[in-house]
Amino acid sequence: MASILVYAELSGGKVATTSLELMTRARELGDVYAVALGTGAKEAAASLGKHGAKVVHVNEDKAFDDYIAEPATDAIAALYEKEKPDLILFAFTPDSREVAGRLAARLGTGLISNASDITSSGGSFVAKVPYFGGAKVASMKANGKPAIVLVRPKSFEVSESGGAAEVKQLDVAVAAGSKRAHITERVVEASEKVKLEEARVVISGGRGMGGPQNFPLLEDLASALGGAVGASRAVVDAGWVPYSMQVGQTGKSVRPGVYIAVGISGAMQHTVGMKTSKVIIAINKDAEAPIMKMADLGVVGDALKIVPALTAAVKARKNG
Amino acid sequence: MKIVVTVKQVPDPNSTLSLEADNTISRDKEVVLDPGDECGVEEGLQLKEAHGGEVVIVSMGPERARDGLRKALSMGADRGVLVTDPLLAGADALLTARVLAAAIKAEEPDLVICATESYDGSTGVVPPMLAELLGFPQLTFAKKVEVDGSTVKVHRQTADGYQVVEGSMPALVTVTAAIAEPRYASLKGIMAARSKEIKLLSLSDLGVQKSDPAETIEGVVDAETRKAGEVIQDDGSAVDRIVKVLAEAKVI
Repeated sequence: MASILVYAELSGGKVATTSLELMTRARELGDVYAVALGTGAKEAAASLGKHGAKVVHVNEDKAFDDYIAEPATDAIAALYEKEKPDLILFAFTPDSREVAGRLAARLGTGLISNASDITSSGGSFVAKVPYFGGAKVASMKANGKPAIVLVRPKSFEVSESGGAAEVKQLDVAVAAGSKRAHITERVVEASEKVKLEEARVVISGGRGMGGPQNFPLLEDLASALGGAVGASRAVVDAGWVPYSMQVGQTGKSVRPGVYIAVGISGAMQHTVGMKTSKVIIAINKDAEAPIMKMADLGVVGDALKIVPALTAAVKARKNG
Repeated sequence: MKIVVTVKQVPDPNSTLSLEADNTISRDKEVVLDPGDECGVEEGLQLKEAHGGEVVIVSMGPERARDGLRKALSMGADRGVLVTDPLLAGADALLTARVLAAAIKAEEPDLVICATESYDGSTGVVPPMLAELLGFPQLTFAKKVEVDGSTVKVHRQTADGYQVVEGSMPALVTVTAAIAEPRYASLKGIMAARSKEIKLLSLSDLGVQKSDPAETIEGVVDAETRKAGEVIQDDGSAVDRIVKVLAEAKVI
């Protein structure tokens, strides 16, 4: 049976949801163990066990929290030499991909990035990767030993399998030479409202919003619906809203109950990050915009009029 | 300070893509300098203006990638290095990183600037691979870069704000599109770029062996598409329709 190592990303001392998504799929492909590094690793092990990890290798050295990529690369490389997993899975997130890239270069093996699925076939692993700006999907067989694959968040639904993991201390001393890119300060700018990735309603704005001054209209609708506000790459690149709000290929992937795209044309770059939403509503001036061809309900009209009216209607319904 | 900025050309985001017989993305289309790389070039130039030194552009690609290098030179970079070799067609991320690392090592830079990811491939793994192969620390997702003596400090974009990250040079920095608005090349810059050096190197010049690709493309199919639903013109009734859909989805 194939042995699979999942890199469990910790954020704020907790295991990231996307790592549990990886566990859920990985346990269908072979024997799964995980590695968790930094503050909260031991606690994370319980959750990883519930989701199918047989063993969780932990090390709580604070260096893993405070230095970018290099300490984690050292630890996973050491673990690889001991355990020789056939496959190492990472989430396609900023933190994980930096470790994955360094690790692949150190082990001299390649990797497959940005996958949306992974299966095993005849002893090798095959990843599905959005290709061609998302219009196509390529099946890519991993040739590396180990195979290293980075999977997009929200590719799988999390489910528990029960069970408890054996927790093993990973003995690795972080060398001074790996403590180089030092995180000296963490600044929180966005007030923690509803998280984009976890919201059941996402309202995203694009160029059709006319300018950053109109984004509060989307915030109002989001707060009436208990949702979160996202954005297209075009308006993030234009500096209207921060990168943290970007939905799409190079931004976040979301899968809410309802996705409302306001003034977004629907370029592949964007739709690859939201097309698995359960219901899609599009509001756009242009009846021919690509988003209209994938929306369950497309409304051709003036977003700046429709959105405030919709907010009022939602509030009235709640109060009535 | 010697700064290397990596660049590549990508299919014009405004053009339609097509596939080659071997399922790799056709490079015959209109190509442009990657918009993310333009931001990297701009940041390199601003650091040079503040601290002095030299900005060297390093790229890998077919010979016509010279056009992309020329654009960076016309913005104000000092010279270019292009690794071009028929053997590199379809190179994967690791081979790309090995080639770039070999070319960059020869330059002995203090700082390497890359975009966080390319516009077309979007794998985002070449910069960390490159940092590893160069033996440099990586300071990533920078929306601001400051250099003070031999220390580089960045503001690293995170989901809810940013982190301040410090490291000693030599180092590799990846920058987001928020770092700087790329300047337009002036006529003077365009003229000056014509006489700037672009060194062409092959794999054997660098002493890099071609490696087996990390992946084999077994097939390409159309992505699943959603069926179009109903499209209505807003005649004043649109809000009621949307409310109905929200209610059916049980979010209100």
